[in-house]
Amino acid sequence: MSDEVAFVRQELVPERAAPVRTTGFVGFLRTRLFNTPTNTLLTVLSALLIWFTVVPTIRFLLVDAVWHGADRNACLAENVGHPVGACWPYVTAKLTQFIYGFYPAAERWRVNLTFLLAALLLLPLLIPRLPAKSLNACLFFIAFPVVAFFLLHGGGMTAFAVSGAIISILLFLLSGGTRTGWLALGVSLAWFVGIGIVIDSMGDAGRLPIVDTRLWGGLLVTLVVSVTGIVASMPIGMALALGRRSTIPLIRIFSIAFIEFWRGVPLITVLFFATYMLPLFVPANFTIDGLMRALIGIAVFAGAYNAEVIRGGMLAIPRGQSEAASALGLSWWKTTGLIVMPQALRHVIPGLVNSFISLFKDTSLVSIVALFDLLGTVRASFADPVWATPTMLFTGFAFAGIIYFSFCFGMSRYSLFVERRLNAHRRN
Amino acid sequence: MKRVSLVFILALSVGLSTQMASAQTLKTVTDRGILSCGVSQGLPGFSSPDDKGNWTGIDVDVCRAIAAAIFNDPSKVKFVPLSAKDRFTALQSGEIDVLSRNTTWTLSRDTSLGANFTGVTYYDGQGFLVKKSLKVNSALELNSASICVQTGTTTEQNLADYFKSNNMKYEVIAFGSADETVKAYESGRCDVFTSDVSQLYAERLKLANPADHVVLPEVISKEPLGPMVRHGDDQWFDLVKWVLFAMIDAEELGITQRNVDDMAKSDKPELKRVFGTDGNLGEQLGVTKDWVSRIIKAEGNYGEMFDRNVGAGSKLGIARGLNQLWNKGGIQYAPPIR
Repeated sequence: MSDEVAFVRQELVPERAAPVRTTGFVGFLRTRLFNTPTNTLLTVLSALLIWFTVVPTIRFLLVDAVWHGADRNACLAENVGHPVGACWPYVTAKLTQFIYGFYPAAERWRVNLTFLLAALLLLPLLIPRLPAKSLNACLFFIAFPVVAFFLLHGGGMTAFAVSGAIISILLFLLSGGTRTGWLALGVSLAWFVGIGIVIDSMGDAGRLPIVDTRLWGGLLVTLVVSVTGIVASMPIGMALALGRRSTIPLIRIFSIAFIEFWRGVPLITVLFFATYMLPLFVPANFTIDGLMRALIGIAVFAGAYNAEVIRGGMLAIPRGQSEAASALGLSWWKTTGLIVMPQALRHVIPGLVNSFISLFKDTSLVSIVALFDLLGTVRASFADPVWATPTMLFTGFAFAGIIYFSFCFGMSRYSLFVERRLNAHRRN
Repeated sequence: MKRVSLVFILALSVGLSTQMASAQTLKTVTDRGILSCGVSQGLPGFSSPDDKGNWTGIDVDVCRAIAAAIFNDPSKVKFVPLSAKDRFTALQSGEIDVLSRNTTWTLSRDTSLGANFTGVTYYDGQGFLVKKSLKVNSALELNSASICVQTGTTTEQNLADYFKSNNMKYEVIAFGSADETVKAYESGRCDVFTSDVSQLYAERLKLANPADHVVLPEVISKEPLGPMVRHGDDQWFDLVKWVLFAMIDAEELGITQRNVDDMAKSDKPELKRVFGTDGNLGEQLGVTKDWVSRIIKAEGNYGEMFDRNVGAGSKLGIARGLNQLWNKGGIQYAPPIR
């Protein structure tokens, strides 16, 4: 029986060499990096580029760096015995100044408390799963700035109570007045009374010592300027974008002129003008705080840029959408607020975040008008002879660079997340 | 927008309620309980924040000495960091009581700014830093050299004057900040780095091999640096002037921070006048009789202040030179306290 089954093979198949591997590390090298002469060349060039940039950077920042020391002697090559990289004890010694500037040491808890409040309010706002977004947003965008101002600047209890009352009434009206606003009013009042009691019990006779904005500095100023700029430029931008598309000639011409003027002037000019020219035009005893001038200048400047970004998004909304809204009987405000704006903003997230990131970095220009932002404080610390070493400049700038990068990278990653979430319906 | 307008209004109300300047500066300062002193935003040896954010330097110590004379407490000073542009405006507007910010005493500043210089805390001048390997011993050998200079200062003007009057050619390479200038010098972009001598010593600390560089002996300009006060308040002008004089006189008389209590018990008529055990010289200035011992106890005499901030006791290690007392080869000379 078995003899008749002719197709059964009797001998073993001879062994063949193993196939070329296409998986794993070796496979990756073969198929991606060295598969053609061009790719081989590019691979070698890239490897050289990495070798000559990344390796020295790591050597400077980590390997050759000095980590402990009391003054410049610790970071001098003749004392260390090898070429010295970054002088980190200098950054450690100056760290409080890089964060707070000249903010008095006894009052720094106020800055910390402000940072903490910002984090507590901002994080739940950024995480989509958490509830009570509208209340949270009201607190962050309306209540927090005032509380932050009083914490950072200080001042009397009366002014605090007045601003608390104003904000509570605003919230009350915004959330529906006598019909549905009672909850918001209650929450807001409770919030202000609570903060008031805390401040009252801490300050002497209900008064936090005033810390002049001239003493603010470092990361504090960078964050105050950029957050104010980002938050304030959005409504300005939306209003201007709507104004530019308006059918009323006066509003349209004003918006176009405003946008084109502020876009056409360099930010340095705006800051210079706000700081040194403005006081010449106003009465002598009428002074605006120096930081405030820069804040207004930056908010208006960023607003003009955002206006064009948002207008770009609005142009992408088909005309049929607003026509459909009109057919349904929606007013112009409802069409804009419920149909056009939400879609437009979703389209322009990358563009908006782009201008936010560039705004964040542009805040370093305020050091030109005698405000000490992070970079300004780092530069000022170069004047300290106790830490004057050959690598002091590189260390200081490297530190500032790392801080700026981590904030900008964070913003960029979060915007990607938001984009993916909001465009979920387009994914295929 | 809401945030901006609200903060704007609040800042406005704060700004408007600030007191206006008064001619009675001493009374204003005493009532306020703190002296407001304008300093630079960071100048090695003159005013720079240390690791804890405390201000140190000669300009800073002069203000502390004034506070010590008034309040017997050198810590009662609020330091206002000012840029070179803002400094005179801040003094005129009454925001600061005294400007102690590395300001060169010139005729135009003395006459046109509505303010007076009260004395000279430091005689500075423009000098040259060169590499030792160039084997240059005098600035007169610098013909056709390339020179790194910080732009926008009087340094460029002085340089042009000096080279023109000595019939020498040179090439200027200008930079925006002192730090960039010194890095360019170190990397070989130019042969010479020029700035005020005190600045040269400070920047030399940032060179990889400070011993390879030398400051040439020539000083090509006069830069007498001193504090300023507003016009129209002679009592305050006298007080600020005499605080500095007292520190210089104290060094001349051998009064130091350590021996001040012993010296105060001395029977010498000269010392009795200084310490106020005889006469009421301090009260004539508007402060107390023991004003000199208050100052010296807090800040030491002029020599101690110099050593601590820019001299042998500091990282800068600048020689006394012109700032030595008049009877020891320098030109620091104060009228007598009598």
